[in-house]
This record gives sequence, C-alpha cells and structure tokens, in this order.
Amino acid sequence: MREVITDTLVIGGGASGMAAAVECVERGCRTILVEREESIGGVLNQCIHNGFGLHVFKEELTGPEYAQLFKSQIHQKGVEIQPDLFVVNIDPKRREVVTMGKGGCVVYRPRALIMTTGARERPFSSLRIPGTRPAGIYTAGVAQRFVNLYNRLPGDRAFILGSGDIGLIMARRLTLEGMKVLGVAELMPHPGGLARNIAQCLDDFDIPLRLSTSVVEVRGRERLEGITLAKFDPVTLQRIPGTEERVDCDTLILSVGLLPQNELIESFVETEPVNRGVKVDSFMRTTHPWIFAAGNNVAIYDLVDFVTLDGKIAGQSAARMVRDGFLPEKRIPLARSEQIGTLIPSFCCVEGQPFTIYFRSKKTMKKARVSIGPGIFETVRLGIKPSEMVDIPFTVKHLGKLKQLGLTKIEISIKEVP
Amino acid sequence: MEKRGLTCISCPLGCDLEAEVTADTVTVTGNRCEKGVVYAKAEVLNPQRVVTSNVLVEGGLSPLVSVKTSAPIPKGLIGKMIQELKNIRLHAPIRIGQVLIRDLLGTGVDVVATRAVELLPTAQSGPSPIPISHPIDVCVKL
Repeated sequence: MREVITDTLVIGGGASGMAAAVECVERGCRTILVEREESIGGVLNQCIHNGFGLHVFKEELTGPEYAQLFKSQIHQKGVEIQPDLFVVNIDPKRREVVTMGKGGCVVYRPRALIMTTGARERPFSSLRIPGTRPAGIYTAGVAQRFVNLYNRLPGDRAFILGSGDIGLIMARRLTLEGMKVLGVAELMPHPGGLARNIAQCLDDFDIPLRLSTSVVEVRGRERLEGITLAKFDPVTLQRIPGTEERVDCDTLILSVGLLPQNELIESFVETEPVNRGVKVDSFMRTTHPWIFAAGNNVAIYDLVDFVTLDGKIAGQSAARMVRDGFLPEKRIPLARSEQIGTLIPSFCCVEGQPFTIYFRSKKTMKKARVSIGPGIFETVRLGIKPSEMVDIPFTVKHLGKLKQLGLTKIEISIKEVP
Repeated sequence: MEKRGLTCISCPLGCDLEAEVTADTVTVTGNRCEKGVVYAKAEVLNPQRVVTSNVLVEGGLSPLVSVKTSAPIPKGLIGKMIQELKNIRLHAPIRIGQVLIRDLLGTGVDVVATRAVELLPTAQSGPSPIPISHPIDVCVKL
C-alpha cells in the first residue's frame, strides 16, 4: 500500500474544495485535491445557466465559467489533483485517509484535512409517496446532468415536485429542449427557490407554480404514466381531503432539497441538527482540531459565492495550522432564536479573524432587525425570505466588543419591524 | 397609468419592484440598487434575457458545449434562438469564450462558448474518458 505525506489534503473538487486548495497552495503548503469524478468543478460543470459570481467576481457568470476561473488557478499554482479517486475511510486517531482508485489503494497522511464533500439530492425513496415505482422519476440534478452533459432528454411531459432552485432551472431547461413542463408543486406556502428564478424560469414560460400542493401518488407499470396531486393546509401541512387531481405525465422531476454529505466523518465530528451538516467554528474548523470543512457539507448554501468564500477561509485556516502547528482554541457557541433556521458557523473563535454569519429566516419579513449579542450590534435588513440566506459580517470591532462584554455565547435573533 | 409588479432578476436578492407606467415615463419603486430601475424599465418596454443552452459538438471529449448570449436578447427571440442552436454542429476543439455565432438573428449579440471542449484522443491513446454511446444527433430521448 502506497503512502503519501502532504501538508493539506482536500476531499472534493467542487466550488469550496477548489477555493480551499488554491488558498493552501498559495501559502506554501503541498496540497492534494481528491475528486471522485474524472475532472474537478463539481456541480458547477452541469449548471450551464448564468447568475453565479455576482459577489465574488462582480459579474454574472455561468457555472462552467465560474469553475474555469478556479481550475486555471489550480493548474497554475500547482495543486496536485487526484481524479477518479474514492475515499473509503478516514482514521481520526492515526490521521490517515484511505483512498481507492485506478492505481489501487493509497493512504494519505495530511497535516490538515479539508472536507468539501458537498451534498446529495434528497431521493424519491425518502418521500414515502404511495404508488408504483416506475421509470421516469429523476432528481433535478440527475436530469440536469443528462440534458447538459450527456445530451439526453428524460421524456416528453414533465411535472416538477419541489420548488428548489435546481427544479426551477430545470423547468426552463426542459422547456427550451422541447419538453412540456406541466407545472411545479410546492408543499410549503412559499417557494423554496429564489424569487428571480420564479420570475425567469417559470413566469417567462407560463409554467404554473402550485403552492401548498404536493404529489400523493405515482402511477405507471414500467414507465411513469401519471401522478395525483393534492392540496395541503398551509399551517398544519396536513393533506386536505377531496382536493386530489390527476395529472398525466411520463416524467417526474424532484427538487425536494439537498442533504449534506458527511458519512466519512460524522462518526467522530459533531453535526448540527438544524443545518444537518458538520459543526464548524469561524475558522471553518470542525470539532476535530485537524479537520476543516466548508460548503454544502456544512449547511446548504443558496449561492456558490458564499461557498467559495467559506472554502477560502477553510484553506487559509488549514494552511495557518500547518505553518504554526496550532490555531487559537478558545471558542464560544452561536445560538439561534426561534425564527432562524440554518446558521453558520456554530462557534466564534474569540482570538480568530473576522468572519461572516450566514443564516436563513423561517419567515418572510418585509423589514427585520437582526440582533447579534446581546449587545454586540444590531442591523436592519429589508426583504427577508426563507429562500435567501442573510449574510452578516462580524468584524474586528465586533470581536473586540465580544471580549469586552465577556459573553459565553452569541445569540442571533431576527424580529420583524414596521 | 398602469402599475406592474415585477421581480428583479439582476441579482439573487430578487427585489419586489413596482413599475408605474405612463405614456412617456416609467417610475420604479422597491429597488435596492440602480440595476432594479434599469431592469424594470427594460422589462416594461422591451423585456430581454441572457439565454444559456448547449450546442452539439463532433469529435470532442464531450458531446455538447455550453453556450450563452454575450448580452441579453429580446424575450420574443428565445424560441428562434434555440432553434438556431439546434441546427448547428461544431467541431472540437472549442475554447472557452470562443464566438460560435456572430450577430445572432440580427440582434448584434453573439453566442459564445462557456466551456472548453477538448479534442477526442485518437484510438491509439485508448478509449475516451467520456463514453458517447449514441450517434451525435439532436437531444436524444432516453
């Protein structure tokens, strides 16, 4: 069995892994990037639509263009890419990463490990929808891969369950490729994806969005023949009897959420129950001092720009740990009020650098006051939506205030104001 | 006077805009930046979109190259543009940013490649890393 010693090892070559690897190699670390596919770029490779990069590059790019900017840097700066390689085990005590690929089994011994393994789509089987199990049911990302990378169209008449961004993007894409998209159903009373995607992917093509509606049955022997929709109470989320409606379609596309993917490390690092991803501090360090994490395996982000920025922090922190042998340990937890869902990070490093707090509100608010504290600072934000993450910079000044107040936790709360 | 509610698509914030339209003016409210005003005026007078899609490639590592319009085109031309893209075949290699169609449908806007497609290695150098299991034709049904 071959052994490789390296400064930093990055697992996963998507947006956050590429950003992290560039930061590490720029700081003089020998950096190896492990990718299970044949090339890096992650999901960006199949996201041919535009809208990426407004925060990081101040221009609107398509997914492949956004990925290319990092791929070039990775090649220029000398990150060692190991494609077609699967990680089979991570041993936290021996600090070993066991991989399997075409060259057989290779064990990596990194001084710091960065997990950027992203997320997987919630599968059909997890929805417990009654009926048969015919062909023709795809997650949106799989359908996107078929159409945009392999030149395959999944069917003729599609219905889309779930209003996540990939589902909305696919409604437009399948329409442009000549499929009839009959509609998008969303169980919640509000859409899951960005408002701009409702406008430019559904409204532009007269595709109906049906809120408080879900699929309650699928039909068809070998191939999907149709589905049954029903309305759901917006408050109790209980099915309303007598509202069933049959729709004939040969394709059902699912855009029902993403699940952070952490099976390699979840047995020895702490996970955050609401985010469903690993807990990280403001250094993007997990609860294991040698392992860093960033991107959709920490929490589901809505913008790749934010993923890139957190990937960079993970890379910078890992490189600093390799150089110094340690990072400041002292950290205090961030706590969320009832109105807040996803929250990143889970801890603030008191002796650390400035960082950004990302959170998702559970409710739509026209105008809201965000309080960080008690007593650190407050800020007012307009147009808060559950589908859009709020980013709040936590500056050097705020770190100073935190120390001065001697808080043992930072409470994040949001309240609607007139 | 006509009032129209719009969602700004200029950035992920997606501001809820209101455009008041009279015979010769468009007044925009609800925007958080200048882009909102520009978007709402265009949306009322002549709605335009940047369109992204794919074009078939022969002899490349991948059967498709992703493309975009270099600037927004009138919404009414989207269908025609997609048809135009379906009618062409390209040959690898293709560079990222390469102009594939100049002056699309007389709009003055170009169609450019948003990724590179490398040449398929010749038979001696072993099988292609991406299997192309169907004849290159219009989007094939599964």
